Amino acid sequence: MSIETPQAAEKTSVRPGAWKRLISNPLGVTSVIVLLLVILMSILAPWIAPHDPRYALLDQINASPNATYWLGGDVSGRDILSRLIWGGRTTLVAALIVIVVAVVIGISTGLVAAYAGKISDTVLSWIADALLAIPSIIVLIAVYAAFGPRIALSMFIFGILISPFLFRLVRALAISVKNEAYVEAARVSGVPPVRIIFRHILVVIRGPIIVMMADITATAMTIQASLEFLGLGSINTVTWGGMIEQGFIAIYQAPLSVVWPGLLLTVTIGSVALLGNAVRDALVPGRASARRRRHSVKTPTRTGGAWKKHQDTGPSAFLTVKDLTVSYPHGEELRNVVEGVSFSVDRGEVLGLVGESGSGKSQSVFAVLGLLPEAAQVTGGQITLDGAPLPLDGQGRHRPRRMAYVPQEPMSNLDPVYTVGYQLTAPMRRVLKLSMRQARAHAMELLSRVGIHESEKVYELYPHQVSGGMAQRVLIAGAISMDPELLVADEPTTALDVTVQADILDLLRDLQMERNMAMLMVTHNFGVVADICDNVAVMRSGAVVEAGGVDKIFNAPEHPYTQALLKASLEGAPTRDFTTGGGHD
Amino acid sequence: MITYILRRAASGVLLILAVSVVTFLIVFSDTQRIVRSLVGERATAEQLAQRTAEMGLDRPLFQQMIDWFANAFTGDFGASWLTSEPVAQVIINRLPITLSLVICSIVVLALISAVLGTFAAVRQGGAADRIIQIGTEILSALPKFWLALMLVIVFAIQFPLFPATGYVSLQNDVIGWATAVTLPVAAVVMGELRVTSMVRGAIADELNKDYIRTLRSRGLPSREVLFKHVLRNAAEPWVSLLSMKIVGIWTGVVVIEAVFALPGIGTLATNAATRGDGPVLMGVVVATVIVIVFVYLIFDLLQAWLNPKARLT
Repeated sequence: MSIETPQAAEKTSVRPGAWKRLISNPLGVTSVIVLLLVILMSILAPWIAPHDPRYALLDQINASPNATYWLGGDVSGRDILSRLIWGGRTTLVAALIVIVVAVVIGISTGLVAAYAGKISDTVLSWIADALLAIPSIIVLIAVYAAFGPRIALSMFIFGILISPFLFRLVRALAISVKNEAYVEAARVSGVPPVRIIFRHILVVIRGPIIVMMADITATAMTIQASLEFLGLGSINTVTWGGMIEQGFIAIYQAPLSVVWPGLLLTVTIGSVALLGNAVRDALVPGRASARRRRHSVKTPTRTGGAWKKHQDTGPSAFLTVKDLTVSYPHGEELRNVVEGVSFSVDRGEVLGLVGESGSGKSQSVFAVLGLLPEAAQVTGGQITLDGAPLPLDGQGRHRPRRMAYVPQEPMSNLDPVYTVGYQLTAPMRRVLKLSMRQARAHAMELLSRVGIHESEKVYELYPHQVSGGMAQRVLIAGAISMDPELLVADEPTTALDVTVQADILDLLRDLQMERNMAMLMVTHNFGVVADICDNVAVMRSGAVVEAGGVDKIFNAPEHPYTQALLKASLEGAPTRDFTTGGGHD
Repeated sequence: MITYILRRAASGVLLILAVSVVTFLIVFSDTQRIVRSLVGERATAEQLAQRTAEMGLDRPLFQQMIDWFANAFTGDFGASWLTSEPVAQVIINRLPITLSLVICSIVVLALISAVLGTFAAVRQGGAADRIIQIGTEILSALPKFWLALMLVIVFAIQFPLFPATGYVSLQNDVIGWATAVTLPVAAVVMGELRVTSMVRGAIADELNKDYIRTLRSRGLPSREVLFKHVLRNAAEPWVSLLSMKIVGIWTGVVVIEAVFALPGIGTLATNAATRGDGPVLMGVVVATVIVIVFVYLIFDLLQAWLNPKARLT
């Protein structure tokens, strides 16, 4: 047996660290450099500014750029360039005050709320919600009225006002980490709480906190500049916001005096925001490379496939799948999740597709149905329905009417905002062109047929008002509503209560016989196979390893994997734990 | 559902009270400074004391606060220290301007974020998706008041398509009003466009849901799946995301009023702050919080109405 696991490559390639990813992100590097330049400029302002930022020359009022004032003069005749260089200081100091206050208050209260019990949590959460509901600018205006122009004080208060963002984040993260096994283990083994908080909790949640800090810094810079712009800053301090305000007075004569400080402010704020994004991308591996790629890649053709002896039903069968290969982009290359799979089903026949989770059975049937996810591509093979080849290009090509699909998870397969009746009738009206009344009558018939007694009542219900078994019946009714010739059921009983599983299987079998449908039953359960299937194809790691009639597979399995699978399911052991190297979850 | 709304309303009332108390303590904590600024630097100590007594500011702070609340409950928010106009009247004159800008901004932001978010989600990973995400991110990094100034320079000074300043009442002149609010609303909306990426995420989540695949399997056309099912389900997170932008929009409007010389709450607050008009400031803060609480309540109701689980219980 020589079945390669497609993910072998992934496990050997080492993911680069977060820091390395940040450095390799051009936007991240650019923003770090810009921020360093701004900081350097502010620190060195006394030495690099060509003029005193407060020194006014009468002949330079609203002057255009010239030899003395390289960027021109402002409304009072002061050097715009020198003021730009000095103005960064206020912005940076303001941001620093806000971030320190917000971090100290946000993290400490967040941890208290997560650990100190329900009452303090409720009170702190209410205060946090309340603070977030008040526009800070109004409070800061009131503070100005009471205490006059004090940048440090107003930024300190703004730090308190904005700390709930961090509070919420820390609280939520700390609660989720608190119950992790390793934190529990540390606690049981006597590690002091403070140490647990620093070593085990803050370290784990530092990523999202850093990202949030970038957002807060950007907001702080904006709000500080806004206050200055409103004229609520100190007159003697040079600030970018204040420069915009003074430039605004002369906006008709010298519009550039508004543009420069705003541009610098924007570049600084933008760099902080971009840095936050870059950190976020760096902390979530694969996020940046998760974009869809659609190169045409030659698929490695499988030579000496494990399964040669195909079943009796030849190419004349109703549905034939030949050498089907489905791939997903993984990094720069395509990875096959289904590799050279072949099977066929005739009318009136039930084929079981058996294998552990991740063996590619669901991907195979989604390819048949034309319902593969966006990222997936069919990179090889052929599917014919009733002798005619089906188009394999792209995803989402539905093949209505002739094929129908019964999903695994009944609850998540009903649209929560529409009634059962609407969801049943909408496709009938669209695809079968039935009138509302005809569709309704047909839906009632179908609901009764699938064993729902109060069909009138169920018709009006929303999905959250019906049970799982009932929902699955509704989905089966929906599947047969188009009079399909092929019914694809993807583990239709896995998510149901044991008590209703048998009923659903009986219903599917009855419908299949009554309508002489071909049926493809995906399952990992040999009990289901024995119950309902005529033929079986056993899948593993994206390939069919053995196929044949149910009797033959049960009585004389040839492939060791089939034998192992059978043995496991007869012993009632979970079917996914006994082999190594399979699956790609 | 009704109990939930009642609880939110009660929480809102508590918020209004709490903010009023804190603001009162801030604004009236240093009344000497305010009175000094009212009577002038050269006033004697006697004049100062006399004026303080006239304004009732010599009483204990707690007593003043009780009086203020007692009057406020009857709708009397006092009179401006500068113009003697009743505060309630001043607020009622100014509020519609701010409110109309805020409502317009929310509506426009809602529409644009829905259209761009849907477009980007449907073309995930494509060029349009990247452009929309990066573009909205850059616009959101710009301070809104500076965006407004840039819009003024371009669309009011270079190309005089819109007025640079001033407000026209909606009742008097609809077109005049529309041109007056276009630039301010544009600046506020552009500054909050980051929400588009989140709306895109909500729609993308919905596109990946199981029931979408099942509906497709029945042959429902993609267009109908998108418009009837994906967008309908994404409406709830969309409303919730927009509700988180209310405070940002309010803040943006308050600051931008200064750019366009719009006589709304923002310019009122700024003037009251620079001239130390305590009662007006109290009025502004209380009015702001009341309006915000109401807007949140509307968003809560909208969200509940969109969710059948909440609607039916």
